[in-house]
Amino acid sequence: MKLNRKDVLGIRELSVEEIRLILDTAESFLEVSTREIKKVPTLRGRTVVNLFYEPSTRTRTSFEIAGKRLSADTINISASTSSVVKGETLIDTAKNLEAMNPDIIVIRHSAAGAPHLLAGLLRQSIINAGDGAHEHPTQALLDMMTIRSKKGRIEGLQVAIIGDIAHSRVARSNILGLTKMGARVSVAGPATMIPRGIEKMGVIAHTRIEEAIRDADIVMMLRIQTERERQSIFPSLREYAQYFSLNRRNIELAKPDALVMHPGPINRGVEISPDIADGPRSIILDQVTNGVAVRMALLYLLTGGDT
Amino acid sequence: MTLLLKGGRVVDPSLNRDEVADLLIKNGKIVKLGKDLYKANKAAPDIEVLDLRGKIVVPGLIDIHTHLREPGFEYKETIASGSEAALAGGFTSIACMPNTNPVNDNRSVTEFIRRKTTECGLVNVYPIAAISVKSEGTFLTEFLDLKDAGAVGFSDDGKPVMNAALMRRALEYASSLDMPIIAHCEDKNLSAGGVMHEGFVAAELGLSAIPSVAEEIMVARDLLLAEFTSAPLHIAHVSTAGSVRMIREAKARGIRVTAETAPHYFTLTDEALRGFDTNLKVYPPLRSREDRASVREGLSDGTLDVIASDHAPHARTDKEVEFDYAASGLTGLETSLSLSLGLVADGALTLLSLIEKMTVNPAGVLRLPKGGLAIGADADVTVIDPDREWICDRALFRSRGRNSPFHGWTMKGKAILTIVGGTVRYRDF
Repeated sequence: MKLNRKDVLGIRELSVEEIRLILDTAESFLEVSTREIKKVPTLRGRTVVNLFYEPSTRTRTSFEIAGKRLSADTINISASTSSVVKGETLIDTAKNLEAMNPDIIVIRHSAAGAPHLLAGLLRQSIINAGDGAHEHPTQALLDMMTIRSKKGRIEGLQVAIIGDIAHSRVARSNILGLTKMGARVSVAGPATMIPRGIEKMGVIAHTRIEEAIRDADIVMMLRIQTERERQSIFPSLREYAQYFSLNRRNIELAKPDALVMHPGPINRGVEISPDIADGPRSIILDQVTNGVAVRMALLYLLTGGDT
Repeated sequence: MTLLLKGGRVVDPSLNRDEVADLLIKNGKIVKLGKDLYKANKAAPDIEVLDLRGKIVVPGLIDIHTHLREPGFEYKETIASGSEAALAGGFTSIACMPNTNPVNDNRSVTEFIRRKTTECGLVNVYPIAAISVKSEGTFLTEFLDLKDAGAVGFSDDGKPVMNAALMRRALEYASSLDMPIIAHCEDKNLSAGGVMHEGFVAAELGLSAIPSVAEEIMVARDLLLAEFTSAPLHIAHVSTAGSVRMIREAKARGIRVTAETAPHYFTLTDEALRGFDTNLKVYPPLRSREDRASVREGLSDGTLDVIASDHAPHARTDKEVEFDYAASGLTGLETSLSLSLGLVADGALTLLSLIEKMTVNPAGVLRLPKGGLAIGADADVTVIDPDREWICDRALFRSRGRNSPFHGWTMKGKAILTIVGGTVRYRDF
């Protein structure tokens, strides 16, 4: 099977079959990362540009390693959004990159829709590595891959997503993906972090963490962005940690075999207590490992790879 | 110069007429309106006779909400290019908002606009002056001086007057001059950072959103101030169901309020934003289906008096960027009439009431001596071909702004003749 599309901009556009194809392909790539020589020649001669307008360690590194393990030439460009507002436009930057003939452009940007803008203009494949609070499809894919490998299925599972749903692209992509794959999704957070109309995405919204995690198979915690949001969206980190963090007590409400996920980077002691993050239920580092495989799969499939 | 418009369907709400008739224009004025004027006048020297059977003859259309960008942003639009766009859209009179650079907050800018308008000699352009100096919401501008210079109303359009005390003073002062205050209703704290309507679509797209209450709170405040001061208030670009409801109630209680909406608010909804097309970024934002239905209802029952385009031309460089950074607004002069005719086709409005909202009503808001075909009136006349189908092509716009979300749409109905002061300024047949 082939992935018949030029770009991967969001989970919204992907069909269930396409998601399965990507996850299956990713699983087959897992093994490469365990070899002594962690490299296959699959994308030799191909060029992947990582165009990051937002700081990122995990996602950028993951894409870079994915490209390198497939023998692609990977180039990282970090641009601060502010200088771009004043200087060269995103479109001009992208057209310059296009003129150098890369095969895939991976873009992360603080503005929702930025990857879509490029996809409409450039002949290269565009992968959305996170656009504003809109989508983060590779994160959702690696999360689904992790859930599937740990639980053997996604369909029928009860998943709780906790935190700032309104400002989270991870939440959006996961809601879209998990509901598509047949999971039941609950979200919870302070009312100011639950966007109006979220129920129409097929989730149940709560304002108490306990309500969402009761009987959950998976509890997915979101990072609280302490830098910009705390002034007006919630009263204090202290209160948030007290009422919305995942800890030894409230995790007991979930199923006995419930697993805990987090897209990282975690704020220890804020949205998740350290003993949970490091505890036996935590699959946070499996997510990171699977992230490389998912990104390898996408680079492979978008360059015409077949499974 | 004599012009005889023969055999058209004359629709003039100011005279409450809707009948097939001939219209005789001489020396820039309406001379006669009646049946069979041809025989009596065909021998007149230098007469031009236009056979308009099957066409609709209306008073020259008036758009009281446009942005002509000059002075200061000539790369987006000029008074000349905006006037050309107006003519192509069937408008003979337009009013322009003061958010130029410098802001039209003093006599010299108002006089500059008037002088440019005369130099262009295309349509009537009426300047709306700022309520506050630099539209910063702190000090009142010189209303009397601005009125003497030719301003027809006051607005800080593009920005709200956040200070209620200043808004109160503005209403009182303008009222003593029989001038309207045109309110841009938006609570900046509630709308801060928002780029689209707050609702399900914004929740999906992850774009920062503007709740409908950001508009409605200010509509409520300004209606209260209008009642308290007994001053005439005009509410610009109404976009929400709550605003329509409050204006309806205010009118029923006798408050001196008029209100306008724009074609995009009765045509589009926030659903259209899924493709991140920056041409759909506009303030107030495109709202929900329920809001759109309420706006149409408000037009039908007379709550909304005026259709105005909020013509907001921008250059490509302002729009070909990330959605968050794109300038807001869309060009409207060349699509407003056709989209509005859609209301007639849908049965939301009669042709007479539509024309009322684009002629005599807007003239009334700004106290313009325009908007009707009475004997002796300025011969500003628009002829509409209701059956003309055309495809909106932004490359053919006369406006410098190409930022139309209606590019590629098939439209029905079009202005085919625009006459200003007895002179044919635009002809497309």
